[in-house]
Amino acid sequence: MATAAAHQTTRTQAYGAQDTAVDTVAYERRFDAAVAADERIEPRDWMPDAYRATLVRQIAQHAHSEIIGMQPEANWITRAPSLRRKAILMAKVQDEAGHGLYLYSAAETLGTGRDELLDKLHSGRQKYSSIFNYPTLTWADVGAIGWLVDGAAITNQVPLCRCSYGPYARAMVRICKEESFHQRQGYELLLALSRGTPEQHAMAQDAVDRWWWPSLMMFGPPDDESAHSAQSMAWKIKRHSNDELRQRFVDICVPQAESLGLALPDPDLRWNEERGQHDFGPIDWTEFREVLKGNGPCNEQRITQRRRAHDEGAWVREAAAAYADKHTGETGATRA
Amino acid sequence: MTTTVSTTAALALGDDALVLSHRLGEWAGHAPVLEEEVALANIALDLLGQARVLLSLVGDEDELAYLREERAFRNVQLVEQPNGDFAHTILRQLYFSTYQHLLYAELAAGDGPFAPLAAKAVKEVAYHRDHAEQWTVRLGDGTDESHERAQRACEALWRFTGEMFRPVEGLDVDGAALEAAWLESVEGMLRRATLTVPEGPRSGAWRAGAGRQGLHTEPFGRMLAEMQHLHRSHPGASW
Repeated sequence: MATAAAHQTTRTQAYGAQDTAVDTVAYERRFDAAVAADERIEPRDWMPDAYRATLVRQIAQHAHSEIIGMQPEANWITRAPSLRRKAILMAKVQDEAGHGLYLYSAAETLGTGRDELLDKLHSGRQKYSSIFNYPTLTWADVGAIGWLVDGAAITNQVPLCRCSYGPYARAMVRICKEESFHQRQGYELLLALSRGTPEQHAMAQDAVDRWWWPSLMMFGPPDDESAHSAQSMAWKIKRHSNDELRQRFVDICVPQAESLGLALPDPDLRWNEERGQHDFGPIDWTEFREVLKGNGPCNEQRITQRRRAHDEGAWVREAAAAYADKHTGETGATRA
Repeated sequence: MTTTVSTTAALALGDDALVLSHRLGEWAGHAPVLEEEVALANIALDLLGQARVLLSLVGDEDELAYLREERAFRNVQLVEQPNGDFAHTILRQLYFSTYQHLLYAELAAGDGPFAPLAAKAVKEVAYHRDHAEQWTVRLGDGTDESHERAQRACEALWRFTGEMFRPVEGLDVDGAALEAAWLESVEGMLRRATLTVPEGPRSGAWRAGAGRQGLHTEPFGRMLAEMQHLHRSHPGASW
């Protein structure tokens, strides 16, 4: 975290040559009070190094997920079965690139750079959501991703609109609006298939069968195994536990699956009158850990394509930079 | 506007937009920088929107897009050319969007059947043209490598540019004037980009205007196979 450390040093210098140990205590107290009062932390505010590091990790991973997440869906752009669906899918993939841009900008307010973050993604030092390591094998997968994967993402992300870090919270407000639109489009795609020919219905059911469990894994490990949860909740980066959000998602999906006319692939799924929530079967955490470790069906392919796009685009970025250098000042613009 | 739209002209313009949109869609997830993911998808979407309006003037947009075979498509060969590297994609965009912008500006100014469509589309294609021009100068006047790649792309695509100015039945434009304006603009841009204006012929040796007659280049059939496969696998289904 060289950049963040440098940032902190500059900040300390800016406050003058005071006793930094005393300062830190005072700053910490002010930070804790701001978080407790549900005030937003802004880029110029003092924040604990660990808070900064956690946010960089989380926002970067979120940004990476948006851009890796373009791949499984872009896989179907050239084969979309109607022009309307093709337009919807293109617009969605474009939105995801835009979300990546918002999120890299939010991460940059913490003193890191997009190039540095991309480098960490390409070298495997930062992760992206494990869900995008699953393949899109049929057109219906595009609908299942919209309904389930975007649905899970929204359930996770809506509380982030109230996250304690201002730039992240504001990015999430914009992202969630677009995501909920995508989710409705995915649902509508599956509905068309479910009500279509028997082959289309079967295609939709098969997609839901393959995407249901990986979607539940998107909420992360169970609460008693979640390494970052407690601290993130204390800092109000996170507002609900993994298991709470997962439960909420299941409860939302069950009636939606019914109205879609599609079954959820869980024999243990049933309404629990006592709890007022659905019980559901055990998640295969071994599979989850394997995918996280890089052994999912598409890990290798996803990162290879991302690296290749970046490497093959190097000459284009170099051209743009060389042109900018040559022509600086031509329009009277000042570039410092 | 009650003037009857010529099927030939609507198909020609609609197929141009449909096919180029498809090619740009192939870039998704492969662009050199995130901003270009957004830009290329944006242009692809605009073109797809134009294609849908134009094809709907002729019949059912999906039947026309998914159930015609190669010989029935009326797009110019330029737009079906494979993406190649980023320079090929940009030069194809420069050549085509300059043509499309000049054409739509003229159609929008007139009172022919395409005027309403052109009035909307001309704003989109002005943006496409600006994007292509900005990249042309950056690639041409960037590094040695980008200059070389841009020069190669310029030349490789040059022979497909004459076809755009062939008369199309039902399209009331002065092809010669359009071509003169196109040459002036494109040659000016290439020079600004420190590129050499190609000297080769501007139409293929065997048939000028072939794409408009349904005679395409080999990569086109493969592109259609991918585009149409799913739709054709489920006859009569709706999506």
